[in-house]
Amino acid sequence: MTDALENLRQYLGAALGETLRNARVDRGELTVELSREGFLAACLRLRDDADCAFDLLVDVCGVDYVDYGDGLWEGPRFAVVYHLLSLKHRQRLRVRIFADDDLPIVPSVVDIWAAANWFEREAFDLYGILFDGHPDLRRILTDYGFIGYPFRKDFPLVGTVEMRYDADQGRVVYEPTRTEERVVVPRIIREEGEGRYNARN
Amino acid sequence: MPEINNFTMNFGPQHPSAHGVLRLVLELDGEVIERADPHIGLLHRATEKLAENKTYLQNLPYMDRLDYVSMMCNEHAYCQAVEKLIGLEVPVRAQYIRTLFDEITRILNHLLWLGAYALDVGAMSVFLYCFREREDLMDVYEAVSGARMHAAYYRPGGVYRDLPAQMPQYQPSPYRDTQRLAELNASRQGSMLDFIEDFTRRFPTYVDEYETLLTDNRIWKQRTVGIGVVGPERAIQLGFTGPMLRASGVAWDLRRTQPYAAYADLDFDIPVGKTGDCYDRYLVRVAEMRQSNQIIAQCVDWLRKNPGPVITDDFKVATPPREEMKTSMEALIHHFKLFSEGMAVPAGEVYTAVEAPKGEFGIYMISDGANKPYRMKIRAPGFPHLAAMDEMARGHMIADVVAILSTMDIVFGEIDR
Repeated sequence: MTDALENLRQYLGAALGETLRNARVDRGELTVELSREGFLAACLRLRDDADCAFDLLVDVCGVDYVDYGDGLWEGPRFAVVYHLLSLKHRQRLRVRIFADDDLPIVPSVVDIWAAANWFEREAFDLYGILFDGHPDLRRILTDYGFIGYPFRKDFPLVGTVEMRYDADQGRVVYEPTRTEERVVVPRIIREEGEGRYNARN
Repeated sequence: MPEINNFTMNFGPQHPSAHGVLRLVLELDGEVIERADPHIGLLHRATEKLAENKTYLQNLPYMDRLDYVSMMCNEHAYCQAVEKLIGLEVPVRAQYIRTLFDEITRILNHLLWLGAYALDVGAMSVFLYCFREREDLMDVYEAVSGARMHAAYYRPGGVYRDLPAQMPQYQPSPYRDTQRLAELNASRQGSMLDFIEDFTRRFPTYVDEYETLLTDNRIWKQRTVGIGVVGPERAIQLGFTGPMLRASGVAWDLRRTQPYAAYADLDFDIPVGKTGDCYDRYLVRVAEMRQSNQIIAQCVDWLRKNPGPVITDDFKVATPPREEMKTSMEALIHHFKLFSEGMAVPAGEVYTAVEAPKGEFGIYMISDGANKPYRMKIRAPGFPHLAAMDEMARGHMIADVVAILSTMDIVFGEIDR
């Protein structure tokens, strides 16, 4: 399995050329990072090349890396991650593409995999990542008229608005939320080696 | 001659055959669907965002609430993701217990689907029969975890505890006479495995009953044959998985093609359809129930013969036995740290998938080494299926919308997350 992935990694290194920025195998999974130039051509190659044949797009999701490792992240903030599956070779591939911080925009792959349609709408809705060439980029999961991108790390967990029925006005009203965010278990990253506390089994 | 415009109709969000809360905007030309635009998100709870703010163990029960008809399969994908990040070995017995419960879950899910589908298409009684069998399996859930639905039974590293030696029995009640009580308890005299084995013997005849009611039923065929046809290439292109893909004639099943848990050692078939219409999807799911039953029987047999640990002995991931905590200082520390700070998971990213009853249920998890996931993406099988609604419904009659929607096995817990 790992040999097959290693072969695929080397093959992709030759096939994708400049577009491929990075490819590594970790925990039995191959991750490739592609640049935005030539991204669509590379995707098409991944789908149609008989040695790749990644014909099923399993998942597309946005990632916000801003808090990664509690501030150790140096690199673009937003990424879009695609999970591909080849039914023919029974292999999976993870493709990552980074987007700019101020105006995150990446090419849409709807024309290559029709399944991307809703997944890209979801990434747009939750992270505000724009997909160039998407036929119908509307919000999908959040409320009608929602403001903000809720899955970004700087969006509060409790949200910004709350909704209630106002008997006087006879309608539903939105107000700034009064819920206070509380952290029960703090986030902790332990040092390497000390990573897992020192009590023996 | 007046100009006739297309008629736009709202289906849901509160509609019995919307299977939860789906608002479907239908553009009609007479009775023919011109366009279907599903509006989802009415059940959106931001599970993925919540997961970023909870420890790995606290996140587990949220998995039950995603696809609330196939609870343990969701837990399975989540546990696999954590285990893969840590690089943890799961005891073999736990693998078999997980396989057993995955298949019980599959039958539970398909029974609910079958009942609800028949109800949507107009057959009332199948629903009642399906729920009769679901009751037995729910009891198994309850016996093993204490909860009938939201079990939280799988844990990273194995399962919470071993199978009970005694199957719980019905208690006397003013609403039940002694004869009925004896009937109910007849199969519950022995252990839980005895009860499941008895169920696997009874279940094929139940499936025969459903098939007698439906498979050759003329009305059933009129409502399902040739409805919502998706060819194999298109199904792959649309990201279909599970029975939706197999009914279109693609023999793809993760249990066989990328085996996990104990599936590699078990003997079962993958039912595949031909035309990819609603009728084929029905046949595939019914055949899957029979196969699941066969897998359950094999697991029961194996579990009887092979006692052993059911959860890892790495106490930084799983709790030590309770007796040990009374005497050992280290065990107490482990327990305290696990439930206050939680487990530390090495940095990295993994994607794990299981063949859930609805299709490929996947968890993509990024860890930066903290005690909480950095990012967790839930790949719900129903999401791409529902996205294909427009394409599948176009050109069909308005009554077929319900049949198509129901054939996808939609559950909004997982689609809206």
